[in-house]
Amino acid sequence: MRGRLRSSARWQPGIAAAGAIHSEVFAAGHEAGGAALALALALDEAASSERGPLDEASDQRAVLWVQDRASVRLTGRPYRHGLPAHLRHRIIHVIAERAEDVLFALEEGLRCRDLAFVIGELAGNPRALSFTSSRRLSLAAEKHGVPLWLVRVDAAPDLSSARMRWNVRSAPSPAPQWNGAAPGMACWHSELFRSRSHAPGEWILRDDTVALSASSPDAIPFARLTDKAHELTANENDSASLQPATADTVDLARATVGRSMAAL
Amino acid sequence: MMLADARTLCPQICVVPSDPAGDLDFLEKLAIWAQQWGPWSALDPPDGLLVDITAVAHLFGGEGRLLADTRAGFARRGLSVRVAAAPTAGAAWALAHHGPQESTLTAQDDAIARLSGLPVAALRLDDDVLTVLRRLGLKRLGDMTGIGRDAIMRRFRNRRSPAANPLVRMDQLLGRVPEPLLPVVPQQIPLVQRRLAEPIRHRSLLDQVMRDLAADMARLLEGSGQGARRMELGLWRVDGEVVVRTLELSAATRGADHICRLFAARLDDVDAGFGIETIRLRASWAEPLALSQGDIEAAAENHGTSLSACIDRLSVRLGASAIQRPVPHASHIPERAQRWQPPMEPEPTSQGELAFHLRPLKLLDKAERIAVLYATPDGYPRSFRWRGMVHEVVRVEGPERIAPEWWRERSTVRLRDYYRIEDAEGCRYWIYRHGIIGDRRGGVPDWYLQGLCA
Repeated sequence: MRGRLRSSARWQPGIAAAGAIHSEVFAAGHEAGGAALALALALDEAASSERGPLDEASDQRAVLWVQDRASVRLTGRPYRHGLPAHLRHRIIHVIAERAEDVLFALEEGLRCRDLAFVIGELAGNPRALSFTSSRRLSLAAEKHGVPLWLVRVDAAPDLSSARMRWNVRSAPSPAPQWNGAAPGMACWHSELFRSRSHAPGEWILRDDTVALSASSPDAIPFARLTDKAHELTANENDSASLQPATADTVDLARATVGRSMAAL
Repeated sequence: MMLADARTLCPQICVVPSDPAGDLDFLEKLAIWAQQWGPWSALDPPDGLLVDITAVAHLFGGEGRLLADTRAGFARRGLSVRVAAAPTAGAAWALAHHGPQESTLTAQDDAIARLSGLPVAALRLDDDVLTVLRRLGLKRLGDMTGIGRDAIMRRFRNRRSPAANPLVRMDQLLGRVPEPLLPVVPQQIPLVQRRLAEPIRHRSLLDQVMRDLAADMARLLEGSGQGARRMELGLWRVDGEVVVRTLELSAATRGADHICRLFAARLDDVDAGFGIETIRLRASWAEPLALSQGDIEAAAENHGTSLSACIDRLSVRLGASAIQRPVPHASHIPERAQRWQPPMEPEPTSQGELAFHLRPLKLLDKAERIAVLYATPDGYPRSFRWRGMVHEVVRVEGPERIAPEWWRERSTVRLRDYYRIEDAEGCRYWIYRHGIIGDRRGGVPDWYLQGLCA
């Protein structure tokens, strides 16, 4: 599998992440950006993955969404009428009281062949989510081919064996076509800060309900606003501002192919 | 007669409380037991049984011998019965209740002539109909055939039910119209058990016995083409205590490994005491489950679990209420527009989903109150304080006014004006103003944050 990957291929939407099947998304607890980006990336990856001639025309497999009590309190539960239309009837929602139960539910979901993907939301840095248990999740996901998107709410990036690790916060949205004063389509400032198969980088990701599109944070007209917002969050929230990479370091960075994630 | 009156008349009377449910249960068991005289039996509550003895009598040496055998069989159980055999259920009932003991009516006999001496009560009629017939002077079945059929039909022309219309009952008695009956079908509850020679006290032995029982149960269910939906495990301890563990499954299954695994999580807190001597596994709710061929490739069998197995495992550890799926509900109030139900149940049918404007991705369980700076009475929000942080509102869309459901709620409930907003950092929220100044349903309106947009 490793041979198929180019070591420093830049990540872009529409790349089916071969092998990078366990991802973590770090987000703050006062926004829904983490879960939204996890959902958008999962759907993007499902849409871009190769389909065999014998696969179902439209994927109707269920989606397991596991939350712990703290993340329910912070960011709420998924709302059916706000989900993408083709996903509304496929959600199975699990609430676990303890972090151990979240991990158990995630692992059971990963072992299930009837699930399209698994989304987990876990608040803070619980002791149960050690490197060992995250490695367990990675192995289960890779063995059974069910992608796992673990949203870490208000968490510091600790040791983990996740193949891709994202840092996300909401970004100001572009003005909609008809009402310039209204909030536009969903838009996130996302930073891929650890990845096995891709070079790290920063993007503004936009989800226009059809596909995910990415642009460089400097290229778009409202980038200045974004940077200002970045400084704001950096002052208030240390977890969101881990290693703020500039555009230069992005290009020089290499993917950590073949090296243990634990060593980083 | 009152019980006190009866005791006055007969002081040594023995009193037993009436138990209709128990009587019916006993009658059901008796109906199944009575199938030794015929392959098919039906209840005739409160105190009768019907057995179909078509083409059976020669095995006992004729109808007469069969009836004698029946009576002897009931006498051995300490029950006194009146038995009769006839070509129709109605005729047999009439003979058993009002005819001579052990009377037999064969198809060759003239039924009208044999039965004409019986009272009209032998027709299984309601009391008020019997009263009418008695007042008309019709006391015997022979009287019914004596007068014209038209006259009786005119009298009871608007009585449709058989028990209220003597003509229908008469026709059923003589076999001119069919009389459907509901048979008693015995149903075996799959049950396996182990009575152990030596009481066990250790978990490893219990697991071994559990594996054996699950394998037995799987074989039993496979033989009857069924899968279990609910299982009960009873552990009888030496000191007489019984520990019961119940398991509900989201889909019919008979996989021994799956059952074992689910019970293993429930057996952690069992106190064995001085030892467990009997273990019994019962599938109290089973559904038909067709035989299916196992996968030819072992690799394919090892590839993951099914969704129902996954849900079973989750609900055993986390509780059944922890796993749910959102379903739509016909309401415009956002928190009422979504309900939660068990994951494997079908979605409730509706004429069509309500088409909403953009809704947030996530909804807080309880809308959180925020302090908002806005131009009264109904201006856009400028900034708000939520969870100790001040957010400047940069973009606003709204208001989307959602009125209270007046047919359900009290008249003092206030309307809600919803705004989709984006703050300076780009976080998007869904907030509402609860009420409006001057609606005479409260003072200054409060603001709440209810949803977090993508």
